[in-house]
Amino acid sequence: MRGFIISLLAAAAAFSVATHALAQEKTLTVYTYESFTAEWGPGPKVKEAFEKTCACRVDFVSVSDGVALLTRLRLEGENSKADLVLGLDTNLISEAKAIGLFEPHGLDMAAVDVPGDYSDDTFIPYDYGHFGVVYDTKAIKNPPKSLKELVEGDPSQKIVIQDPRTSTPGLGLLLWIRSVYGDEAPEAWAKLKKRVLTVTPGWSEAYGLFTKGEVPMVLSYTTSPAYHMVEEKSDQYQAAAFSEGHYIQIEVAGLLKGARDKDLAKDFLRFMVSPAFQDVIPTTNWMMPVTRTSEPLPEAFNKLVQPKKTFLMGSDEVAKNRQAWINEWLAAMSLN
Amino acid sequence: MLTAAQRKWSLGWGFAAFGGIAFFVGTAIAALLLWDSGATGGQFFTPYTWQILRFTLWQATLSTILSILFGLPVALALARRPKFPGRIWIVRLMALPMGLPVLIGALGLIGIWGRQGIVNATLLTLGVEQPVSIYGLSGILIAHVFFNMPLAARLLLAALERLPAEYWLLSSSLGMKPLSVFRFVEGPATLRVLPGVAGLIFMLCATSFTLVLVLGGGPAATTLEVAIYQSLRFDFDPPRAIALSFLQIGITAIILAVISTLPKPDDDENLHGRASRRFDGRTAGARSWDTVIILFATAFLVLPLASIVASGIQADLWRLFKSPAFHQAALTSFAIAVAAGLLSVVSSVAIVVAQEAIGDMKRPGAGARAFAATLGGMGSLVLLVPPVVLGTGWFLTLRSLGDVNRFAPVLIVIINALMALPFVMRVLSPAMATHRRRTARLSASLGLSGISKLTRIDLPPLAKPLLTALSFAMALSLGDLGAVALFGSSELTTLPWLVYSRLSSYRTNDADGLALLLGLFCLLLTMLGTAGRERHQQDE
Repeated sequence: MRGFIISLLAAAAAFSVATHALAQEKTLTVYTYESFTAEWGPGPKVKEAFEKTCACRVDFVSVSDGVALLTRLRLEGENSKADLVLGLDTNLISEAKAIGLFEPHGLDMAAVDVPGDYSDDTFIPYDYGHFGVVYDTKAIKNPPKSLKELVEGDPSQKIVIQDPRTSTPGLGLLLWIRSVYGDEAPEAWAKLKKRVLTVTPGWSEAYGLFTKGEVPMVLSYTTSPAYHMVEEKSDQYQAAAFSEGHYIQIEVAGLLKGARDKDLAKDFLRFMVSPAFQDVIPTTNWMMPVTRTSEPLPEAFNKLVQPKKTFLMGSDEVAKNRQAWINEWLAAMSLN
Repeated sequence: MLTAAQRKWSLGWGFAAFGGIAFFVGTAIAALLLWDSGATGGQFFTPYTWQILRFTLWQATLSTILSILFGLPVALALARRPKFPGRIWIVRLMALPMGLPVLIGALGLIGIWGRQGIVNATLLTLGVEQPVSIYGLSGILIAHVFFNMPLAARLLLAALERLPAEYWLLSSSLGMKPLSVFRFVEGPATLRVLPGVAGLIFMLCATSFTLVLVLGGGPAATTLEVAIYQSLRFDFDPPRAIALSFLQIGITAIILAVISTLPKPDDDENLHGRASRRFDGRTAGARSWDTVIILFATAFLVLPLASIVASGIQADLWRLFKSPAFHQAALTSFAIAVAAGLLSVVSSVAIVVAQEAIGDMKRPGAGARAFAATLGGMGSLVLLVPPVVLGTGWFLTLRSLGDVNRFAPVLIVIINALMALPFVMRVLSPAMATHRRRTARLSASLGLSGISKLTRIDLPPLAKPLLTALSFAMALSLGDLGAVALFGSSELTTLPWLVYSRLSSYRTNDADGLALLLGLFCLLLTMLGTAGRERHQQDE
């Protein structure tokens, strides 16, 4: 026990010395989500690449996901030590602006190319992915070819989805169905309900159930199969292409009004849409890059579903209607 | 029996614990209430709120009843069979579900009861067409029984083991039949702790979150806790979160109050503790019944754990074990668990000591009695304050002091300690009451007090329950994700957080492996909790 305490104290001392020594140089504090900064995520590589160019230190502060990021900013308000926030998605933009902590970046983003007609003066996209139904090829031979087929298909073939109240993919499916079915969305949900094995609070629980073989379909991203093909050399999991089109999730970053060194922060935003950053994204964050990468993407990415049509609702529209649509969803999904 | 000075001290401890908890919870709630959310002032309670309230109470009631109906025979059987092969390991395993992150437990259960699980596979080979579905109310119940039956069994077992040896001697020399033994000995002993145990399980099930969502099958199965979480997430509407929290606390408090009015047998008086030996249950029928019960409970408990082990060993365990991320997370988790466990035990002791001091008064005034009741109620109800409310409230309070992350470890420790408080009190309160009845007069007549009373009279017999309580609290803290997730950042990573971070980036295999390591870690803690037992058994 005493050894343990001593080593704790030593660690604490070492830590404070380290922070002190580094306090001399410029630091850029970037708030992001956890899987971005994980050892296999884009964070470490991006940090290294940027630090080579800037004589500065990049400090990532990570929370569990994009929504938690927004909550964190709300709580911290003007006191936030963040210079940049990286990891909100388009559905959260309207609310993020309403907090009044962000300022327009004023950068030329002509090189950024994202499906759907996204444009915004404050938030810059750094990657995107289409939502998609990923299925187990061992369990399903004829995957649904459209959202309609998914909704009306065999109820004994189950799918696991996420709760739109707690998770961004869950919200994505809600908006996807809304985009395709319009006001008839509640009826579609009532039909789809028969195929829903369960609704999980987040993506991780759902995908865990799926890879454990408990359920043959899961709501995820069209890019998910790339992970299994590249990292596990397995073709077992594939995404189903839907003829109506796919809803998109665009991940964005923004500059805070309170950023201490705005030039440095803007340098990072420019770097974010340069090949040095974009090259890292596909095989670490398993999302699509928003600008040209210096090398072609790995072969697996060519096999992915290329959505013919992209759905994207304006974030104001989402913010305005989200609660009403969630209530409709609750009502439809709670019917017996 | 206490001197005036002792009473003053005891009450002082109680006030300190009360003040500390009230301050911590009150500050968080006040901060949230003062928050100007600029919300549209939407309705706090919608018809859907009442629907989930009904479901919350319904599933919690059923889960509690089932957990106890299953846990009671298990406790009786284990108490009757002190020499059952592997008994100590069964008791240790019973503390394990508590220390597992809920999602891991759920995945383990799905491995057994799920669509591809062995139960359904067996049923299919037996020709049963409609397999058991774990999704829906049945799944929630199975999961809650998995997590809470062992808790019930352990607490009831502790109550039975506290019975003085004289009881068993007497019942056997009177030639009492099993039914009479239950009626006169086991029944009263378990009834005494049953309201507390039932209340605790009810609260745990009422505030269940991930289990209910994952196994509930859809939003019809939702608890208020989910609604509270939601109102602090996308919506960020603190007043609504507070209103829902008060609804949750209020309704549950009423139910707990009703449970606590159940008739309780009188306490046993002034007996000498002696290692207990059982003379009953020697018939073949009794033996086989107990064996079946114990084996069934063990299988129910072990199979999902085995499924966690089975997926865990497919991971590259050695690589995970060697990774610096694991070392750091294990160290952090351990430090938090130790601190939270100690804090929780110390606060519980303070509360129990103060309650006893009030109970010891000749004519406690209404104020004193109310204080004792408040202490007891607070020790339970604190479990109902959602960690997300505490965390968010304190975040708001501390944000003007600079980087909140610096305070995060302290906050996590306190939140974990509070969560563990009801468990710890359930272990310590009856043990300390029994101990006081046995020794109070003796200590008073010997004029023992202070340190010498503590080391000579109090610590030796209380070491076992204290260790059990500590291991409960540490296991809980070890498996907790909620409090950490609020502040979680790269600087503060615990083991459950590490498991989740693997899961959230496709690395299911690593997550399985880490979950196994976490489970082993937790098993070590439960060995600490039963450390007193082995010695006890060797004495015999």
